[in-house]
Amino acid sequence: MSGLRNGRRDRRRTGRRTGRRPLDWVLLAIAVLGALVVVAPLLLIVLNSFKSPDDYNQGGPLQLPSHLYFDGLARFWEASDFPTKLWNSIFISSMVAVLGVLVSLLNAYALGIGRARGRLPLLVVFLLANMLPQEALLYPLYSMSKAVGLYDSQWSVIIIFTVIQSAFGTYLLTSVYSGFPRELLEAAEIDGAGRWRTLWQVVVPVSWQTMSVLLIFFFIWTWNEFLIPTTFLISNDKQTVPLAVAALQGERLMDVTTTSASALLGLIPTLVFFLIFQRTLTRGVTAGAVK
Amino acid sequence: MSSSRARAGYWWYLLPGMLLVTAIVIVPLVMNIYYSFTFYRGILPPQWIGLENWQRLFADAKFWTSFRNSIAMIVAMVVVPTLLGLVIASVLFDLVGKRFGGKVASFLRATYYIPQIIPIVVAAIVIGWIARPDDGAFNSILATVGLDGAQQNWLGDPTWALPTIMVVLIWVQVGYPVVVFMAALARVDPELYEAAELDGANWWHRFRAITIAVIRPEIFVVALTCTIAALKVFAPVYALTRGGPGTSTIVPSYYTYSEFFQRTQVGYGATISTALTVVIVAVSMVFLVAQRRAEQAEEVR
Repeated sequence: MSGLRNGRRDRRRTGRRTGRRPLDWVLLAIAVLGALVVVAPLLLIVLNSFKSPDDYNQGGPLQLPSHLYFDGLARFWEASDFPTKLWNSIFISSMVAVLGVLVSLLNAYALGIGRARGRLPLLVVFLLANMLPQEALLYPLYSMSKAVGLYDSQWSVIIIFTVIQSAFGTYLLTSVYSGFPRELLEAAEIDGAGRWRTLWQVVVPVSWQTMSVLLIFFFIWTWNEFLIPTTFLISNDKQTVPLAVAALQGERLMDVTTTSASALLGLIPTLVFFLIFQRTLTRGVTAGAVK
Repeated sequence: MSSSRARAGYWWYLLPGMLLVTAIVIVPLVMNIYYSFTFYRGILPPQWIGLENWQRLFADAKFWTSFRNSIAMIVAMVVVPTLLGLVIASVLFDLVGKRFGGKVASFLRATYYIPQIIPIVVAAIVIGWIARPDDGAFNSILATVGLDGAQQNWLGDPTWALPTIMVVLIWVQVGYPVVVFMAALARVDPELYEAAELDGANWWHRFRAITIAVIRPEIFVVALTCTIAALKVFAPVYALTRGGPGTSTIVPSYYTYSEFFQRTQVGYGATISTALTVVIVAVSMVFLVAQRRAEQAEEVR
């Protein structure tokens, strides 16, 4: 067995050394070129966010800035009150991530482990809830939020996205819990643990990894949302980062490089998030696709 | 007896989730369907008018244009990214990963994935900035390489506005199939390839007979989720063109939004969004049935 494995490893090692044909280099170059095309728009934005409009007009978009210019960034930062927008996005997205995972957990515990009656139709309801176009709920939610005094409140956005995200979370966690090891549940029962304690002391620790993937995805999905926040959050001091970037387009203060700077500030938070959670994100994309 | 009582006990855990989904999804959805049969401008209570909105909808050229543009969105978010994703994923996995090392492959994968992570409205503004008229970056690049004649007002020209929005969506979307397909390719048994290679199958034969067959479930999932997303496209149109010039970039969700909040024709807006919902549910059902058929055919074989 181990001999076989060694043999294969040797073969791979020698294959690697001798196996780089010219064609391989060509294909690698094409793959790298493709990746460059994908990041090129972002590089252009970075390059031009530190130029003055005059610098842009003289040197064009491709030249390095003749001197570093921070006025564009500063102007957008102040005009949009960027720190407030950043905090709003963090607050809304974190609340949705935590509440969404909590609701998904409770639902999936009943459906996946408890095998509650009506499991299949309920799963279809959750699946539909995630699939529906938000426009089909938008106007009734808008009038309901006005009726209960939650219009222009971040809580309306938090509640709506908790439901939409947890619909997906319920679906995913239920399929994970359907294969939950029965021995662990039985052992907990023998120890005299009730359902509530079993949930927190057995189920949550065992499925923590899936839950953390959900947490990260709910956060980033909510961060990137546009239609519902733009409808419900009309006061400037309640809006999120994507709304702030979109809102100032076409304003007089937005000259060519300030517009670029606004896009850069809109990009940075999610890029930082991506760099921190890259592994979990790619693992999660895969988990979500294979059910 | 005891087991059914045990099951009943789990219902408590469903209570918060069910209440929320009822209040935030089911009730609004039913209300929206009801609005589609009414004349409603948001202030006075809705007035029942039967099928009038629906008759108007079927005769509304703007509505059909919006769905025709949805097909362009499907090309940009499903067809192109899935095909590109298949090629990129197999080059990265088969070739780069095996001959140049896994680190190079996962670095390139992460690079392709970056646009997926930025807010789509910001992604739209990035491409919109590059496509600015006159002194925009893309026009400047064209001038630099001597193609002054090809310069356009990309977003202001009815011919070019839709293709420009499609570029935004292709750019945003391509990383998703790359990541999913690369993970799926890890499932392909390398010995299958070796056997096929010994049989004299070339790369294209192996790709079709082995790769596509093994990762077909992922192709289905990617195609379904991206088709739904393509039918829902809103933010790039809102941020870049507001459906214009004319109706050249109108999509159903933006049309709905403008009827709701700009023209305050809530009844008619509800009709468009209900029609969109019906299309999305129908498309999903067609996909799921097709997938089940394919799975059964596989089992029989």
